[in-house]
Amino acid sequence: MSTQSSYDSGLEKFNRVGKGTNIFFHLIFIILALLCVVPIVVVLSISLSSEASIRETGYQLLPSAFSAESYNYIVKQGSMIVRALGVSVFVTVIGTLTGVLLTTTMGYALSRPQFKLKGLLTWIVFIPMVFNGGLVSSYYINSTMLGLSNTIWALILPLAVSSFNVIICKTFFKTTIPDGLIESAEIDGAGQFRIFFTIVLPISLPVLATIGLFLCFSYWNDWFQSMLYIDDQSLYSLQALLNSLMSNVDALAKNASTMGISYAELVATMPKESARMAVAIIIVLPVALAYPFFQKYFISGLTVGAVKG
Amino acid sequence: MGAKVTRKRVRTRWRKHDTELTLLVLPTTIWYILFSFLPMFGVIIAFKNFKIHGNFLSNVINSDWIGFKNFEFLFSSNDVWIVIRNTIGYNMIFIILGIIVPVSLALMVGQLHSRKAAKIYQTMMFLPYFLSWVVVSAVLWAFLSYDKGIANQVLTHFNQDPKNWYMEPSYWPYLLVFMNMWKGLGYGMVVYLATITSMDSTYYEAAVIDGASKWQQTRYITLPLMKFVIVLMFILSVGGIFSTDFGLFFQVPRDSNSLYNVTTTVDVLVYKQLKTATVGMASASAFMQSVLGCGMILFANWVVRKVDPESALI
Repeated sequence: MSTQSSYDSGLEKFNRVGKGTNIFFHLIFIILALLCVVPIVVVLSISLSSEASIRETGYQLLPSAFSAESYNYIVKQGSMIVRALGVSVFVTVIGTLTGVLLTTTMGYALSRPQFKLKGLLTWIVFIPMVFNGGLVSSYYINSTMLGLSNTIWALILPLAVSSFNVIICKTFFKTTIPDGLIESAEIDGAGQFRIFFTIVLPISLPVLATIGLFLCFSYWNDWFQSMLYIDDQSLYSLQALLNSLMSNVDALAKNASTMGISYAELVATMPKESARMAVAIIIVLPVALAYPFFQKYFISGLTVGAVKG
Repeated sequence: MGAKVTRKRVRTRWRKHDTELTLLVLPTTIWYILFSFLPMFGVIIAFKNFKIHGNFLSNVINSDWIGFKNFEFLFSSNDVWIVIRNTIGYNMIFIILGIIVPVSLALMVGQLHSRKAAKIYQTMMFLPYFLSWVVVSAVLWAFLSYDKGIANQVLTHFNQDPKNWYMEPSYWPYLLVFMNMWKGLGYGMVVYLATITSMDSTYYEAAVIDGASKWQQTRYITLPLMKFVIVLMFILSVGGIFSTDFGLFFQVPRDSNSLYNVTTTVDVLVYKQLKTATVGMASASAFMQSVLGCGMILFANWVVRKVDPESALI
């Protein structure tokens, strides 16, 4: 796929919108782009405002009194935040690895034309795309039958596989890995496990990156599983913590007070409003920094996904 | 039966690589059985008087069949009609705007003279897509909070009364549509732009030689070539017309009771019923949602197949 070349052809200058239109389009996009980014900057600036200035004038577009007290507080008192960060990182890493493994193995098997169970497995993957059991029965099966309530696995397992990802993988393997390569490995006596792990996966980095990134972001951003299955505060992810901070700014102090510090003192000294926004920034920052570099993988992944499986 | 079966066996002999591949997909298959297919059978609790004590399986087996009673309860409440209206109404707006706006913006961004600027705009507009609804809800709170929010500061600056945004239903349909666009616009644009940039440039060269204007090129080359992706996105969104993004309708309005009539969709209703332990109704709502959603996907696909068999999903 030579994607960008269409715009750089020799006929380019005959093939452009007029100067006025160009400027008009630029204006529209500048406004839209700012609309998308400025709110995040506002949250950053609130997290960097002093608590006193927030109490006095409310949230500001730019901090009137600059202060890093909320981040200081997080480092000093926020054992709960550090813990939540740990949970988020663990869930993201383990979840992504599990998900990639489960997705690519299935995708590979479905891409093998001679596989006897291909038909059956195709249905197993396809049916959940059209019909699902819905929230209620999933909830009861996960919590009471599989016993996932208040375990870290409740945050990891239910999100690991999506049929959409499996189909992206299958399409990728089918279109980019030559049958001859696998057949010759089979003739040389290599088993399917060996073929998959030592031949197929190493030459499939683009699709691994795509699926991996999709999973990574969905694990990092997940709050719904926590809301459903987790009551134990020590298993809160950053998202779950922010969620409880949004409804109750004192949530942090409550937790810290169980650790021997006086509750009243904590509530009094805690930078509540800015701490809330600081947690939001801790969540956003890695995403905002990482995704521009991976954008091209997303785009290629989306294009693969748009091709019929 | 012997002879026939044997002949068939010979043709489709089970080989070593089948065993190995089966072992390879075993974990994923188990995952599908546990997390996708068990819940599908779990939907029978919609037809039972389900009690939530102890083991799920024995509960399902021991609960009494009550036929369609749960559905009768569900539809006898006035709420359910508001909820269905919200779900379908919002989704119809999302589907229409979700095609028109990203497609036009993708067409526009492809026309910008500076590729670099186009790239920067796209990257910036893609950012909200990667934020969770909890974060989005915190971001919106910074603007709409009653005593500290920026919106009310602006209002008081112009000598207007501050508004209690989370209590005023009249603004929320617009706000929710706006937030949905805000979060999803960059993604939609990229999907369509990926199709535009992968088009064969010779069409355009030929068109330019024939003297086609930029608008004519868009109208007669780009849009027809994009039809497949547009139709695909359309099928997917029509299939989801009975489900909504739970985060948008639950987190963003911060579960405010005053906004119930304009923010409650089927997903929010199911969640609330689940949490208030009206399990029968919750499972009836969830069952209705799954069945209707499945029907809608098949219907949308059927329509597309009639109109243009090439674009059909199934």
